[in-house]
Amino acid sequence: MEIAFFLNGTPVKLDVAPDRRVVDLLREDLGLTGTKEACGTGDCGACTILVDNESRLSCLMLAAQLDGRTVATIEGLSQGESLHVIQEAFIECGAVQCGFCTPGMVASSVDLLHRIPSPTRQEIREGLSGNLCRCTGYQKIVDAVELAVRKLQEDR
Amino acid sequence: MTVDRDFERIYRGTLAIGSSVPRVDAFDKVTGRQIFAADYYSPDMLWAGVKRAGIPHGRVEYLHVERAASLAGVHAILTHEDVRGSNRQGVVRKDQPVLCNDKVRHCGDAVALVLAESKEVLRQALDLVGVGLEPLPAVFDAEQAMKEGAPLVHEDHEAGNILLEGHLKTGAGEDARDECDILIEACFKTPRQEHAYLETEVGWAQMGDDGRLTIVCSTQTPFRDRAEVAEALGLKYTDIRIIAPYPGGAFGGKDGVTVQSLLGLAALHSGGRPVKMWWGREESFVCGTKRHAATMYYTLGAKSDGSLHYLKVRLYLDTGPYDHLGGVVLALGLEHSGGPYRIPNVVLDGWCAYTNNPVGGAFRGFGVTQVTAAMEQMMDMLAEKLGMDPLNLRLRNAVKTGDRNFVGKTLVNSTGVTECLEVLAAHPLWKEKDAWKSSADTFKKRGVGIAALMHASGYGPFVPDFANAKIQLTEQGKVRVYCGVVDMGQGNASTNLQIVGSILGQDAAHIELVQPDTDRTLPSGSASASRCTYTFGNALIGAAGILKERILQRAADLLMAPDAKHFALVPGSVRHLRDGRELPLSLVAQYLNESERIAVYRFRAPVAGEVMPVGEDLRLHGFPHTLFSYGAHLAYVEVDELTGKVSVERYLAVSDCGTVINPQVYEQQIHGGIAQGVGFALSEEFQVKEGRVLTPGFSTYLIPTAADVPEMESIPVQLYEQTGPFGLKGVGEISTNGPLPAISNALFDALGAREGEYPLTPERVARVIGAGDWLNASGSMLRW
Repeated sequence: MEIAFFLNGTPVKLDVAPDRRVVDLLREDLGLTGTKEACGTGDCGACTILVDNESRLSCLMLAAQLDGRTVATIEGLSQGESLHVIQEAFIECGAVQCGFCTPGMVASSVDLLHRIPSPTRQEIREGLSGNLCRCTGYQKIVDAVELAVRKLQEDR
Repeated sequence: MTVDRDFERIYRGTLAIGSSVPRVDAFDKVTGRQIFAADYYSPDMLWAGVKRAGIPHGRVEYLHVERAASLAGVHAILTHEDVRGSNRQGVVRKDQPVLCNDKVRHCGDAVALVLAESKEVLRQALDLVGVGLEPLPAVFDAEQAMKEGAPLVHEDHEAGNILLEGHLKTGAGEDARDECDILIEACFKTPRQEHAYLETEVGWAQMGDDGRLTIVCSTQTPFRDRAEVAEALGLKYTDIRIIAPYPGGAFGGKDGVTVQSLLGLAALHSGGRPVKMWWGREESFVCGTKRHAATMYYTLGAKSDGSLHYLKVRLYLDTGPYDHLGGVVLALGLEHSGGPYRIPNVVLDGWCAYTNNPVGGAFRGFGVTQVTAAMEQMMDMLAEKLGMDPLNLRLRNAVKTGDRNFVGKTLVNSTGVTECLEVLAAHPLWKEKDAWKSSADTFKKRGVGIAALMHASGYGPFVPDFANAKIQLTEQGKVRVYCGVVDMGQGNASTNLQIVGSILGQDAAHIELVQPDTDRTLPSGSASASRCTYTFGNALIGAAGILKERILQRAADLLMAPDAKHFALVPGSVRHLRDGRELPLSLVAQYLNESERIAVYRFRAPVAGEVMPVGEDLRLHGFPHTLFSYGAHLAYVEVDELTGKVSVERYLAVSDCGTVINPQVYEQQIHGGIAQGVGFALSEEFQVKEGRVLTPGFSTYLIPTAADVPEMESIPVQLYEQTGPFGLKGVGEISTNGPLPAISNALFDALGAREGEYPLTPERVARVIGAGDWLNASGSMLRW
């Protein structure tokens, strides 16, 4: 079937099998390998993308569900060397180790700050609890989200 | 919401030793630009997948591949008959078939390899491969496996199901038992643990037109992989190139071959097309290695003044059907089974046994996690019986430099366990623990527990723990570092950059890193054993020193200056310190020929001079070590009396891992290890019934989420280690070992009772609370 959606700010039209998983569409068909797959069953959050500004698991979505939507992947959050404030905070706080959960974790953090602009540490922990990380112990990720909130408030 | 900031600000600036330089890999990882092995695709690529045994033990009767082969889109189906080499892989004892020929020995064993045009066809074809297996009697317990008449996992192994055993007696041995005023006996069982790296086992391979096989894979051991693949597939070592991008987590589970030989075999039969293999999560859980399940029988004896006098340990490890470093895990476990203490009389006996369970293997902690769980609870039980403060009991017996540790090894390197315990004792979390405990809500109980830790680094006395650093001044005047050791997330690539930058006076913009690649970088051992930065860092210091001297001397010659000592390296240039003249490095590079622009230095880690009376076998497997990191951990724990749920509220880790090159990277290691240890202690129950994995994914095997890990504090006790690069010791593993005993000790503090089996799930804790039959520390839990 033919689907049309905005991908990282650009309109795209594709002819795809309607049951193609979105994670496969992104990684294999469109070469956007920043979105990771780590379980394929919706348990780990590594494949998180933003659909109409809300976090979605691309391993549980089918291509047909993207029709008419606005999609952002990790590749769309930065522009050249200019980073999203959350990406910048992840670097500064040391929230990145192996990095395989990072794109999904960043996407979920963006979604979290959309919903709760000034979260407590506990709210950050609960908000990111759908994204598994095996390296960091999460503390520096929580630090990074807090730092991003402070940066956004300073910029205001 | 994108903000315009000067990204360079983050990266420029000092690379000085001791500063928290942001990691060099972080930018590509937060932007999704980092290409992992999982991200390799090619237009004409085939997908390779494995047909698994599905039963724990059986004879291969037949393989029917015709139906699968006739499916449109199936390129090839391969069996053991297509393997030209030894068809055996492994690190010590090469006992694991690439594709099973005679028997299958666990449910995850590989019996056939399918190459298909798409993932969908691959899945259908794998279902259509017919595998005829005649079930054989199987064995699922290490102690049972050692009994007379137990089914044999490898009929050709002389010692039956015993992969390795180790024994050590010091002092008066068993005779010292009667000299003790107090004896504590207990048994502990720790379960398998799944690595659960986010990037499952994955790789991409292709045969080149030149007849060389290239394998890009998620691995900790590219050079060793090359040797294993060559032997198993009957290829020339030099005809294989392994490229190791940053793995998406490894923790020991990629310390050795996973997809490599299978991928190599697939590429040999793909007609020159590239091939990709990517294990799914369930396949990773069933077929990947696990932390060894352990059964540990302990007797600890002391004099009434609290001095440890006698230790007897019987340690059983279930290694599954293959030697995935199981013997080495046993040796390291035995060497740490008595903790960082002086104990004059010791009897250690350990066995690592073959079973038909999932494969036991390397996992951060490597045998030490298991025995520390036991020994540090023994210490608390002893303190309880002596009426001594558990911290004071540890301080009283803690080893110092110059002491013999409990296996009789004289400690000649920095030994900071006492300092760690003293820092912990002075910390508010220790001093104010009683106030915190007494403020628990209704139906909640609180407790505080500690654990003292030691963890060796390196390979021990026999296997050379070496690294070969290579640094190049490029024609463009940049410094290129050829990293020989994989960075699986622990940040050693960034540390390499920091070490080189500090010696050669360069900032990050003037340094390039080449990740491990058997064609480009030099053999430097595995990314394991808390050895990466210790061993490779020492080699880098040597190589950087050589290159620095060459650059300065050539600059002095070019400027007709009498003494190279008057020059210094600054970012991008060489500067004469007296008259301020500068030469760009790109210019100096032109006046050095190609071989002069490359500096290579080999370092081999020091080994123990003493030979322990443990037999040659245990020595070959790494006994004893000479260099140890130390630590003292503290956990604040709250338990819900109604549900049995245990939560860790605060956590403190004081560590002696030498001096700190990068505080942020150091803390990452401590935090990550604690989180894995908290999972091991509380929620990660890898359930196996008659060889079958009952918890094959994240919905049944629960690793900690952000909501399950406490706020952690890490304090480094920065003792300078004379042999370490800039004074450091290994920090990669030690913190994994603390949480289980610290949490279990805290739970005893809260409830006055202790459980000997783990993890401490709500079900397990509630059951014992409800039954009211928790045994206290003055009795034993599971007598034998």
